[in-house]
Amino acid sequence: MIKVLFFAELEEIVGTREFTIDQTEMTALEVKEFLKKQFPTLPVDRAMMAVNEEYVEETDVVKANDIVAFIPPVSGG
Amino acid sequence: MSEKLFLITDEVISIQEVVDKVVHPNAGAINTFIGTVRELTKGKKTIYLKYDAYVSMAEKKLAQIGDEIQERWPNALVAITHRIGRLDITDIAVVIAVSTPHRADSYDASRYAIERIKEIVPIWKKEHWEDGEEWMGDQLEKTPYPTGKPEEEHL
Repeated sequence: MIKVLFFAELEEIVGTREFTIDQTEMTALEVKEFLKKQFPTLPVDRAMMAVNEEYVEETDVVKANDIVAFIPPVSGG
Repeated sequence: MSEKLFLITDEVISIQEVVDKVVHPNAGAINTFIGTVRELTKGKKTIYLKYDAYVSMAEKKLAQIGDEIQERWPNALVAITHRIGRLDITDIAVVIAVSTPHRADSYDASRYAIERIKEIVPIWKKEHWEDGEEWMGDQLEKTPYPTGKPEEEHL
Protein backbone atom coordinates (compact mmCIF):
# COMPACT_ATOMS: atom_id res chain seq x y z
CA MET A 1 0.00 0.00 0.00
CA ILE A 2 1.15 3.47 -0.87
CA LYS A 3 -0.27 6.27 1.26
CA VAL A 4 -1.20 9.54 -0.46
CA LEU A 5 -1.87 12.86 1.27
CA PHE A 6 -3.86 15.75 -0.17
CA PHE A 7 -3.83 19.28 1.17
CA ALA A 8 -5.67 22.57 0.74
CA GLU A 9 -7.67 22.74 -2.49
CA LEU A 10 -6.77 19.16 -3.40
CA GLU A 11 -8.09 17.87 -0.09
CA GLU A 12 -11.37 19.70 -0.63
CA ILE A 13 -11.81 18.27 -4.12
CA VAL A 14 -11.07 14.69 -3.06
CA GLY A 15 -13.01 15.08 0.17
CA THR A 16 -10.37 13.42 2.29
CA ARG A 17 -6.77 14.07 3.29
CA GLU A 18 -5.60 10.47 3.12
CA PHE A 19 -5.92 8.01 0.29
CA THR A 20 -4.27 4.65 -0.32
CA ILE A 21 -3.15 2.98 -3.52
CA ASP A 22 -2.94 -0.78 -3.50
CA GLN A 23 0.47 -1.03 -5.17
CA THR A 24 3.95 -1.92 -4.00
CA GLU A 25 6.04 0.13 -6.42
CA MET A 26 5.30 2.97 -8.83
CA THR A 27 7.10 6.01 -10.16
CA ALA A 28 5.88 9.37 -8.92
CA LEU A 29 4.54 9.98 -12.41
CA GLU A 30 2.55 6.73 -12.29
CA VAL A 31 1.06 7.79 -8.95
CA LYS A 32 0.03 11.06 -10.55
CA GLU A 33 -1.51 9.35 -13.59
CA PHE A 34 -3.37 6.89 -11.35
CA LEU A 35 -4.89 9.76 -9.37
CA LYS A 36 -5.88 11.62 -12.52
CA LYS A 37 -7.94 8.58 -13.52
CA GLN A 38 -9.48 8.36 -10.06
CA PHE A 39 -10.17 12.08 -9.76
CA PRO A 40 -10.42 13.65 -13.24
CA THR A 41 -10.94 17.17 -11.91
CA LEU A 42 -7.97 17.09 -9.55
CA PRO A 43 -5.27 19.60 -10.58
CA VAL A 44 -2.35 17.37 -9.59
CA ASP A 45 -0.20 18.82 -12.37
CA ARG A 46 -0.12 22.10 -10.48
CA ALA A 47 1.16 20.43 -7.34
CA MET A 48 4.63 19.42 -6.30
CA MET A 49 5.12 15.89 -5.04
CA ALA A 50 6.89 14.89 -1.88
CA VAL A 51 7.77 11.39 -0.78
CA ASN A 52 8.40 10.90 2.93
CA GLU A 53 8.52 14.69 3.36
CA GLU A 54 11.09 15.45 0.66
CA TYR A 55 10.30 16.90 -2.76
CA VAL A 56 10.75 14.43 -5.61
CA GLU A 57 10.87 14.35 -9.38
CA GLU A 58 8.37 12.40 -11.47
CA THR A 59 10.96 9.74 -12.24
CA ASP A 60 11.55 8.91 -8.59
CA VAL A 61 10.27 5.57 -7.34
CA VAL A 62 7.63 5.21 -4.63
CA LYS A 63 7.46 1.98 -2.65
CA ALA A 64 4.98 0.33 -0.31
CA ASN A 65 4.60 2.19 3.00
CA ASP A 66 5.98 5.39 1.53
CA ILE A 67 3.91 8.53 2.07
CA VAL A 68 3.34 10.57 -1.06
CA ALA A 69 2.09 14.11 -0.57
CA PHE A 70 0.69 16.45 -3.19
CA ILE A 71 1.77 19.97 -2.35
CA PRO A 72 -0.22 22.65 -4.16
CA PRO A 73 1.50 26.04 -4.52
CA VAL A 74 2.25 27.16 -1.00
CA SER A 75 1.05 30.40 0.60
CA GLY A 76 2.51 30.58 4.07
CA GLY A 77 3.91 33.66 5.75
CA MET B 1 5.13 27.08 23.76
CA SER B 2 7.63 24.57 22.48
CA GLU B 3 11.39 24.77 22.74
CA LYS B 4 11.62 23.81 19.07
CA LEU B 5 13.48 26.29 16.89
CA PHE B 6 11.19 25.50 13.95
CA LEU B 7 7.58 25.13 14.94
CA ILE B 8 4.09 24.93 13.50
CA THR B 9 1.51 25.70 16.18
CA ASP B 10 -2.22 26.26 16.45
CA GLU B 11 -1.73 28.60 19.39
CA VAL B 12 -1.17 32.35 19.59
CA ILE B 13 2.53 33.06 18.93
CA SER B 14 4.55 34.75 21.64
CA ILE B 15 7.04 37.02 19.87
CA GLN B 16 9.25 37.05 22.94
CA GLU B 17 9.45 33.26 23.06
CA VAL B 18 10.68 33.11 19.48
CA VAL B 19 13.22 35.88 20.12
CA ASP B 20 14.49 34.18 23.28
CA LYS B 21 15.48 31.11 21.24
CA VAL B 22 18.14 33.06 19.32
CA VAL B 23 19.64 35.08 22.18
CA HIS B 24 23.39 34.45 22.28
CA PRO B 25 26.45 36.16 23.78
CA ASN B 26 28.04 36.45 20.33
CA ALA B 27 25.01 38.18 18.82
CA GLY B 28 25.11 41.91 18.29
CA ALA B 29 21.74 42.00 16.56
CA ILE B 30 18.42 40.19 16.70
CA ASN B 31 16.11 40.85 13.79
CA THR B 32 12.45 39.87 13.98
CA PHE B 33 9.97 39.56 11.17
CA ILE B 34 6.32 39.42 12.16
CA GLY B 35 3.81 38.49 9.50
CA THR B 36 0.26 39.62 10.28
CA VAL B 37 -3.17 39.14 8.74
CA ARG B 38 -4.08 42.04 6.46
CA GLU B 39 -7.64 43.16 5.91
CA LEU B 40 -7.44 44.56 2.37
CA THR B 41 -5.79 42.80 -0.55
CA LYS B 42 -6.26 44.35 -4.00
CA GLY B 43 -9.43 46.02 -2.77
CA LYS B 44 -10.93 42.79 -1.40
CA LYS B 45 -11.84 42.70 2.25
CA THR B 46 -10.66 39.66 4.19
CA ILE B 47 -12.96 38.59 7.02
CA TYR B 48 -10.57 35.96 8.39
CA LEU B 49 -7.97 33.48 7.18
CA LYS B 50 -7.45 29.81 7.74
CA TYR B 51 -3.97 28.35 7.53
CA ASP B 52 -3.26 24.68 7.09
CA ALA B 53 0.04 22.84 6.87
CA TYR B 54 1.63 19.49 6.30
CA VAL B 55 2.98 19.95 9.79
CA SER B 56 5.81 17.42 9.95
CA MET B 57 7.19 18.37 6.55
CA ALA B 58 6.68 22.08 7.18
CA GLU B 59 8.79 21.93 10.34
CA LYS B 60 11.43 20.01 8.40
CA LYS B 61 11.47 22.61 5.63
CA LEU B 62 11.67 25.47 8.14
CA ALA B 63 14.70 23.70 9.61
CA GLN B 64 16.15 23.44 6.10
CA ILE B 65 15.79 27.22 5.76
CA GLY B 66 17.67 27.56 9.04
CA ASP B 67 20.45 25.36 7.63
CA GLU B 68 20.59 27.40 4.43
CA ILE B 69 20.90 30.59 6.46
CA GLN B 70 23.74 29.14 8.52
CA GLU B 71 25.57 28.19 5.31
CA ARG B 72 25.30 31.75 4.02
CA TRP B 73 25.68 33.57 7.34
CA PRO B 74 27.71 31.12 9.46
CA ASN B 75 27.16 32.74 12.85
CA ALA B 76 23.41 33.21 12.50
CA LEU B 77 20.90 31.63 14.87
CA VAL B 78 17.38 31.19 13.52
CA ALA B 79 13.97 30.42 15.05
CA ILE B 80 10.69 30.39 13.14
CA THR B 81 7.16 29.77 14.42
CA HIS B 82 4.18 29.69 12.07
CA ARG B 83 0.60 29.52 13.28
CA ILE B 84 -2.17 27.49 11.64
CA GLY B 85 -5.92 27.42 12.11
CA ARG B 86 -8.28 30.39 12.01
CA LEU B 87 -6.61 33.79 12.21
CA ASP B 88 -8.41 37.12 12.38
CA ILE B 89 -7.32 40.51 11.03
CA THR B 90 -4.09 41.71 12.73
CA ASP B 91 -3.33 38.27 14.19
CA ILE B 92 0.28 37.11 13.93
CA ALA B 93 0.76 34.30 11.41
CA VAL B 94 4.53 33.96 11.52
CA VAL B 95 7.45 35.13 13.63
CA ILE B 96 11.03 34.84 12.42
CA ALA B 97 13.92 35.70 14.71
CA VAL B 98 17.51 35.81 13.50
CA SER B 99 20.52 36.74 15.59
CA THR B 100 23.91 37.53 14.09
CA PRO B 101 27.10 39.12 15.35
CA HIS B 102 26.57 42.20 13.13
CA ARG B 103 23.32 43.89 12.15
CA ALA B 104 23.49 43.78 8.34
CA ASP B 105 23.47 39.98 8.25
CA SER B 106 20.44 39.79 10.51
CA TYR B 107 18.39 41.88 8.07
CA ASP B 108 19.54 39.86 5.08
CA ALA B 109 18.96 36.49 6.72
CA SER B 110 15.51 37.47 8.01
CA ARG B 111 14.43 38.54 4.52
CA TYR B 112 15.86 35.33 3.09
CA ALA B 113 13.82 33.27 5.56
CA ILE B 114 10.42 34.76 4.72
CA GLU B 115 11.03 34.55 0.97
CA ARG B 116 12.02 30.88 1.27
CA ILE B 117 8.95 30.13 3.39
CA LYS B 118 6.87 31.34 0.46
CA GLU B 119 8.73 29.00 -1.89
CA ILE B 120 9.20 25.64 -0.18
CA VAL B 121 7.29 25.31 3.10
CA PRO B 122 4.00 23.36 2.81
CA ILE B 123 1.69 25.86 4.47
CA TRP B 124 -1.49 27.10 2.81
CA LYS B 125 -3.66 30.11 3.42
CA LYS B 126 -7.38 30.11 2.75
CA GLU B 127 -8.91 33.56 2.32
CA HIS B 128 -12.43 34.09 3.58
CA TRP B 129 -14.02 37.18 2.04
CA GLU B 130 -17.50 38.59 2.38
CA ASP B 131 -18.44 36.95 -0.92
CA GLY B 132 -16.54 33.69 -0.91
CA GLU B 133 -13.43 31.77 0.03
CA GLU B 134 -10.39 30.42 -1.75
CA TRP B 135 -7.13 28.63 -1.07
CA MET B 136 -4.37 31.03 -2.09
CA GLY B 137 -1.42 29.88 -4.11
CA ASP B 138 -3.69 28.07 -6.50
CA GLN B 139 -4.46 31.28 -8.30
CA LEU B 140 -2.05 32.03 -11.09
CA GLU B 141 -1.56 35.58 -9.91
CA LYS B 142 -0.58 34.33 -6.50
CA THR B 143 1.48 31.28 -7.29
CA PRO B 144 5.12 31.76 -6.44
CA TYR B 145 6.07 29.41 -9.27
CA PRO B 146 5.82 30.75 -12.81
CA THR B 147 5.94 27.19 -14.13
CA GLY B 148 3.43 25.91 -11.57
CA LYS B 149 6.16 24.49 -9.38
CA PRO B 150 9.55 25.57 -8.13
CA GLU B 151 12.56 24.86 -10.27
CA GLU B 152 14.46 21.82 -9.07
CA GLU B 153 17.49 23.77 -7.89
CA HIS B 154 15.27 25.76 -5.51
CA LEU B 155 14.23 22.72 -3.49
